[in-house]
Amino acid sequence: MGSIFCEASKYLMIVLFAFYTWSCFFVFRAKSKEGRQRMLRRQIRWMLLLHLDGYLVLLVRTGNYKIMLFYAAQLLFFLIIISSYHLLYEQSAQLLVNNMCMLMAVGFLILSRLSYEKAVRQFTIAVGSMIFALGIPYLIQKIRFIRRLAVLYGVLGLGALLAVAVLGQTSYGAKISFAIAGITIQPSEFVKILFVFFVAGMLHMSVERKQVAITTIAAAAHVVILVFSRDLGGALIFFVVYLAMLYVATKKPVYFLGGLASGSLAAAAAYHLFSHVRTRVVAWQDPLSVIDKEGYQVCQSLFAIGTGGWFGTGLTKGMPEKIPVVEQDFVFSAISEEMGGVFAVCLIMVCMSCFLMLLNIAMQLKDGFYKLVALGLGTMYGFQVFLTIGGVIKLIPSTGVTLPFVSYGGSSLFSTIIMFAIIQGFYILRETKHT
Amino acid sequence: MERKEKSGANTDNREFAVIAYCFIGLFLCLMGYFAYYQIVKSEDFINNSYNMRQETFAETIVRGKILSADGQVLAETQVDEEGSETRVYPHGRLFSHIAGYDTKEHGRAGIEAWVNFNLLRSHAFFLEKAIDRLVGQKSVGDNIVTTLDYSLQQTAYEALGSYNGAIAVIEPATGRILAMVSKPDFDPNTVSEDWERIVADENTESVLLNRASQGLYPPGSTFKIVTALEFLRENPGSYQNYTYDCSGTIPKEGSTLSCFAGEVHGSVDLERSFVKSCNTSFANIGLSLDADHFADTCKGLLFNRTLPVEKLETAKSSFVLNSDSAVSEVMETAIGQGKTLVTPLHMLMLVSAIANDGVLMKPYVVDFTQNAKGGTVRTYGSNAYGALFDEQEAAILQGYMKGVVKEGTGSGLKGMSYQAYGKTGSAEYGTTKGDSHAWFVGYAHKAGRPDIAVAVMMEQAGTGSAHAVPAAKQIFDSYYGG
Repeated sequence: MGSIFCEASKYLMIVLFAFYTWSCFFVFRAKSKEGRQRMLRRQIRWMLLLHLDGYLVLLVRTGNYKIMLFYAAQLLFFLIIISSYHLLYEQSAQLLVNNMCMLMAVGFLILSRLSYEKAVRQFTIAVGSMIFALGIPYLIQKIRFIRRLAVLYGVLGLGALLAVAVLGQTSYGAKISFAIAGITIQPSEFVKILFVFFVAGMLHMSVERKQVAITTIAAAAHVVILVFSRDLGGALIFFVVYLAMLYVATKKPVYFLGGLASGSLAAAAAYHLFSHVRTRVVAWQDPLSVIDKEGYQVCQSLFAIGTGGWFGTGLTKGMPEKIPVVEQDFVFSAISEEMGGVFAVCLIMVCMSCFLMLLNIAMQLKDGFYKLVALGLGTMYGFQVFLTIGGVIKLIPSTGVTLPFVSYGGSSLFSTIIMFAIIQGFYILRETKHT
Repeated sequence: MERKEKSGANTDNREFAVIAYCFIGLFLCLMGYFAYYQIVKSEDFINNSYNMRQETFAETIVRGKILSADGQVLAETQVDEEGSETRVYPHGRLFSHIAGYDTKEHGRAGIEAWVNFNLLRSHAFFLEKAIDRLVGQKSVGDNIVTTLDYSLQQTAYEALGSYNGAIAVIEPATGRILAMVSKPDFDPNTVSEDWERIVADENTESVLLNRASQGLYPPGSTFKIVTALEFLRENPGSYQNYTYDCSGTIPKEGSTLSCFAGEVHGSVDLERSFVKSCNTSFANIGLSLDADHFADTCKGLLFNRTLPVEKLETAKSSFVLNSDSAVSEVMETAIGQGKTLVTPLHMLMLVSAIANDGVLMKPYVVDFTQNAKGGTVRTYGSNAYGALFDEQEAAILQGYMKGVVKEGTGSGLKGMSYQAYGKTGSAEYGTTKGDSHAWFVGYAHKAGRPDIAVAVMMEQAGTGSAHAVPAAKQIFDSYYGG
């Protein structure tokens, strides 16, 4: 009986997620505001059903009743987020809130399957971050001088990166974190936000040649420090985000193309200079040939995805634990293995929906500074998703970045929630001005 | 300096749209590549011994069958009423090395190992599988259809007789492996029970070794194909002018090297040296060759390299001559003795490329997978490796190999309904003069049928013409009907 339920649930969860994903894109087709609201409410129901179904499967498979208490806490958490955004900020972008909850729900689910303890920690951090983040839209409406502190953001960001490059701990070959009172913090996750504010502030002030040059040098300094700390994923994200922001602020495609060209040159140079870059490239080109060493992780990831196929093995029925650091950088592979390739594609589409919402908000904003910040944060989110998923499916070399909202990792979760809250704040600000 | 606030957001968003489209492109790449991986690439990855997930598949899937090209069952899993499964090999020893075995205790070998994962997957319609899972019943795994020809395999098995060694048959135009026999053999049905005896230290026969693809032997005179090619390459305009007066022996650093069984061939040109397998003439040719260039030619013919063969485990043939080699070693190497070692499959690939006008088709044994209902899941098919010989070289060597059958050491294949081409070899081993492994490598042509190429290697049998040629003849006769 139990296994029939689990087998059926495998398909049910795919169907529910497919409906959810479909509504992410078709909600804009609704003619009336009421129609849209109806659709978004239905979307929440699909999400909650999926979440419930997943935890029931885990209950059947593990026989651990505690897990349902954990489920109940999560359910309460999601309901509070959804209703409080609705109550506190009537004009909030509901789809963005739904997507955020959906991605976190998938993340909690797969983490509970991989490591109950880590899932609980992740949940605790999520609760704390959300409480903090609920105030951000309010702050944004009140504090107007944030745009004038660009230099401060730059100095703070560079300082933090430098500090961690010198003092930080090495994990998986990268020097990106340090521990305070037992908690490991990855400062680059927060510097990301500072960086966007820094660039937006600088370029919003002026896009004259001198200003652009200064900003570019500062941005390049961020990237170089990250390369030396061996955080290649972080370096790439900063680089691409800067190019996008520079292009939008100056409206000169030549900056964008020139940046890409010099970036390619720099990448080629890095390939020749740093052995850790070369090993990543080898592991990408032919992971099976170096399966004992550099290629091990990517091979295990591809085994997981391929073995799971389109419909997955069912929760707890795969072997995602064979992939090193599966909860963090390779969480996508675990999802694909156990919940299926169709589910994984839906997940990519929900991430794309988030990205499009962020860019859509950036376009709707009037204030140039806010626009730039929203664009920067949006491209940061989009590119991070591309890097992490592209890395685990071997489209691009693996760079070791996390999947926002889904991967295990407090700093990443906290900073992503803040990013979304900031953009939510801009949106609310603009909507309230309108009415 | 405050930048002026722009009004009219829509006209101002061109760059945003560009960025958005770029990123939509990236997301589409992600989804496209993901689908491409799932549909096309995943098979190459997941059927890897590092993929621990394979073992769990046996819990939900009944291992599929291995079939010969003509539909004979080479391996299947029988499930009794209590649900316990037995892997059965209806033809016993006949396919022991190539089909391999599948055991819990001692792992897998042969096709059973190479396609383990395919056998443990089901490409039945997904609803069917879903229903199987819902009612708690195992699905039936996919079948593997091989290129092996049952009756040719049987002929080859009988032709090898009681000798240790190997016979392999291939279709030069496609690379299909039609038969592959290695002896001593074992019964895959009882390999677990017999295991201790098979791997015992005192058992020096290496029963589990597939001698066709992994057995390394001195090539003997079959190597004259390579020496002749090297001479052609070094003397493109003048090889026809080569002559040598064979007196039966040639001095070799203090000793002598002689033609087989004391024969004296008299005045020979290159073709006649090849046809008569004249050792002294080939040793003489060897002395004229540029050893480094010779080594390059051998490298091009896949010596010292992993053979481009799908799935099969192969050993690397070795060729070690260089410009510092001693004169005696050069002479020995030119006639296929010396330190050169080859696998029968490698020699087969060389003649197969000659038969195919120089182009080597990669040998393969897994033709396609089909689901339990017989629907094709995936075809593996034939792939060209590339040209080992140019067309002119292939044509010359074809002529020489025809001469061997017409009036040389392969005349046992003369006057049949098919035209055979080949080269014999009697590879001396050990220190006793005259003890030799019998070799034949060659192919045959008959209008209306595809050509087949054969390699015969019979350990310690004697001369190639007395033992290996008759074995090859049995195979050609069986295939072409006499």
